[in-house]
Amino acid sequence: MKQYSDLEFLRLSKWQKFVYRLVSFFCSIPRAIGRFFKNIGGYIKKAALAVVNELRDIGVTFVHGDWKTKVSYVVMGFGNMARGQVLRGLLFLIFEVVFIFYMITAGGHWMSMLPSLGKVGPTQEYDAILDTYTTVYNDNSFKILLYGVLTIFFIVAFIYTWRLNVKQNKLAEQFLKSGKKLKSDKDDLRSMVDEQFYKTLLALPLTGILVFTVLPIVFMILVAFTNYDGAHNGFSNNLFTWVGLDNFNTLFSWKSAGGGQSYSATFGEILAWTLIWAFLATFTNYFLGMFVAMMINKKGIHLKKMWRTILVMTVAIPQFISLLYVSKMFARNGLINLTLLDWGWIKQPLPFWEDATWARISVILINVWIGIPYLMLITTGILMNIPADLYESARIDGANAWQQYTKITLPYMLFITGPYLLTSFTGNMNNFNVIYLLTGGAPTNPAASGAAGSVGYTDLLITWLFKITTGAESQYYLASVVGIMVFVVVALISLVVYNVLPSIKNEEDFQ
Amino acid sequence: MKKNETAKRHMGLRALNRASNTAIYILLIIISIIWLIPFVFIVLQSFRVESTYQVGYVIPHQWGLQNYINLWNSDFKRWYLNTFIIALASAVLVTVIQLCMSYTLSRFRFKLRGPLMRFMLILGMFPGMLTMIILYRVLADLGLTQANAVPGLILVGCASSGMGYYVSKGFFDTIPKSLDEAARVDGATRLQVLYKIILPLAKPIVIYTILTAFMGPWGDYVFARYVAFGTSAGYNVAVGMYSWLTNDQIARMYTTFCAGGVIVAVPVTILFLCLQKYYVEGVTGGAVKG
Repeated sequence: MKQYSDLEFLRLSKWQKFVYRLVSFFCSIPRAIGRFFKNIGGYIKKAALAVVNELRDIGVTFVHGDWKTKVSYVVMGFGNMARGQVLRGLLFLIFEVVFIFYMITAGGHWMSMLPSLGKVGPTQEYDAILDTYTTVYNDNSFKILLYGVLTIFFIVAFIYTWRLNVKQNKLAEQFLKSGKKLKSDKDDLRSMVDEQFYKTLLALPLTGILVFTVLPIVFMILVAFTNYDGAHNGFSNNLFTWVGLDNFNTLFSWKSAGGGQSYSATFGEILAWTLIWAFLATFTNYFLGMFVAMMINKKGIHLKKMWRTILVMTVAIPQFISLLYVSKMFARNGLINLTLLDWGWIKQPLPFWEDATWARISVILINVWIGIPYLMLITTGILMNIPADLYESARIDGANAWQQYTKITLPYMLFITGPYLLTSFTGNMNNFNVIYLLTGGAPTNPAASGAAGSVGYTDLLITWLFKITTGAESQYYLASVVGIMVFVVVALISLVVYNVLPSIKNEEDFQ
Repeated sequence: MKKNETAKRHMGLRALNRASNTAIYILLIIISIIWLIPFVFIVLQSFRVESTYQVGYVIPHQWGLQNYINLWNSDFKRWYLNTFIIALASAVLVTVIQLCMSYTLSRFRFKLRGPLMRFMLILGMFPGMLTMIILYRVLADLGLTQANAVPGLILVGCASSGMGYYVSKGFFDTIPKSLDEAARVDGATRLQVLYKIILPLAKPIVIYTILTAFMGPWGDYVFARYVAFGTSAGYNVAVGMYSWLTNDQIARMYTTFCAGGVIVAVPVTILFLCLQKYYVEGVTGGAVKG
């Protein structure tokens, strides 16, 4: 492609700049990948060097350290305590004791089972006293995987803490040698609400995220490489085990699935509709919301507050009520169809939710109904921030309303709301509520009958994922492959937009 | 001559302006009707007593409170209480967690800040639903599902709420840092800066966070259904009322659903309208900065 110099680039129009950035981004991908592979040797070397440096530092500290430091290599926190930092030392020691206790009683067991995910499934054993067979549960694949992952987290944390312990000893020795005083326990406590206050503040939120988001996500990524499903729940019927890339092969295979179309065709269809939906849902809401905001903002329109309040009120009503109600209103025997039939306007009920095209258009229109008030709120504030003299001078130059909109309002809005549009696009891709509460994915797609989770024409990837995980034959492994694909798509889109839109890049610009 | 022409043009412009204003009023009235009408319908149908299924008219032939009495006699009370408890607990916990997170990320510059924010951005790209399967099993092991779903839902709903720090961080970013620095020079610790200087200034965003955290659980459907699966005592209003609109229930429960909708929506809406000012401030201030 043609390379522009900086000066030439500045001379381009907005659209040309945009297209130029887009094209150059995609053109640079092969080179970036090539560079990555060329540098891979360098990365490995760097990482190896870092490890060697760490190890050498650990060794040197041991050799040159005094006896307090040396004991600390085995009894964590000993050096701290011996040098008067009782609190720090105690924390190190407690962590070490807990870790060793955990590894001996449970962790070692879970780790050793991780490669196989359990060997003995539930068995029937004869009970001589009751004269019946009872089920005895043995290994539990689910727990093995879960606690296996947890144990790995724990080991990493331990290694990090041990290294920290060694570093602190080294620092303390250096401090004492140069005649400075070490921080006392009181200083440590004070610093928890002062210099180190951020650690105190982040402790609770990050623990929550680690346990309830990071751990489950790691677990679910691993599930994509197992055969965990309703029939292999790892506990009461069959154990599950590692299957390598089989599940990815299933999703991307071209072979017909259960008499219907292939999995890859079904996946492709749902993905295409998900993207179309996200695009339409984002931009219809955006432009119509802006339009409504501009109407209310217009000079000479009275009762501004009332119009806004009417719309904002609908934000407050829980979505499940409004969506479920509207969904039933448009149903075959719902209010709209019955009324139109009564009036004799139609002979047959309109197929709002029975016909694929009708259903897709209906969800988009109803989503506009849901989304406009929110967009109206967001855009109102920004519209009022556009300097009025811009419009003034435009009017003097003879620009009409449409020109003012395309030359002033829209560029300004797009620049400010660029990040919002991106999050709103990815949010719409995962907009479970609107689709599930309105249609539940209906109407069913007969061609996809072979795929798991009764696929419908309005199903997004996220509602499909949900359907796969419910019901008797919940195919968790497939759901987790779909989930990983959702991540890949969202990440790709974000990466492209991030590189093409100028306004997202710099966090400090918005402060 | 020339004067006359400009005057004419002015009059023309004024007429045009009046015409466009009229058009806007008409449009706004239509929009208001479209946006309000479903809710008016829900209220009207909740007072219909002659039939319980969907009909082709809106104004009841017979008015009465039968639907509300049915509501009182059903499990709805329990669902409502469940949801209310979850909403209250979230309002407290989510607010504390989110404010800690956003304040820290806005005010402190530490080594891991950038990587941490990028990491959370990437985490957020995973569909949250994926984690439901395992969280359900873990809660089941702890005995926090079905009839005991409420504590389970509170735990899961609040634990990861730190990831939603964007809006309030955007707000904290607008409070000048020179305030902090001035107080630090005067010898205040970071903790004192937070509760003596920043918190009073951050009242709008605190109220915004409390409000959104309180309103969220009223519409929470997916995970609540997963956790309470099949046990009415553990339902929240969304799961319970959804079950009334399934094909085998709707003919009996449709009007009761409408009554339930009114009971759920009215308090939340009134609360929302009272605090509307703060909501608008939060949405327009923080949401866009991202």
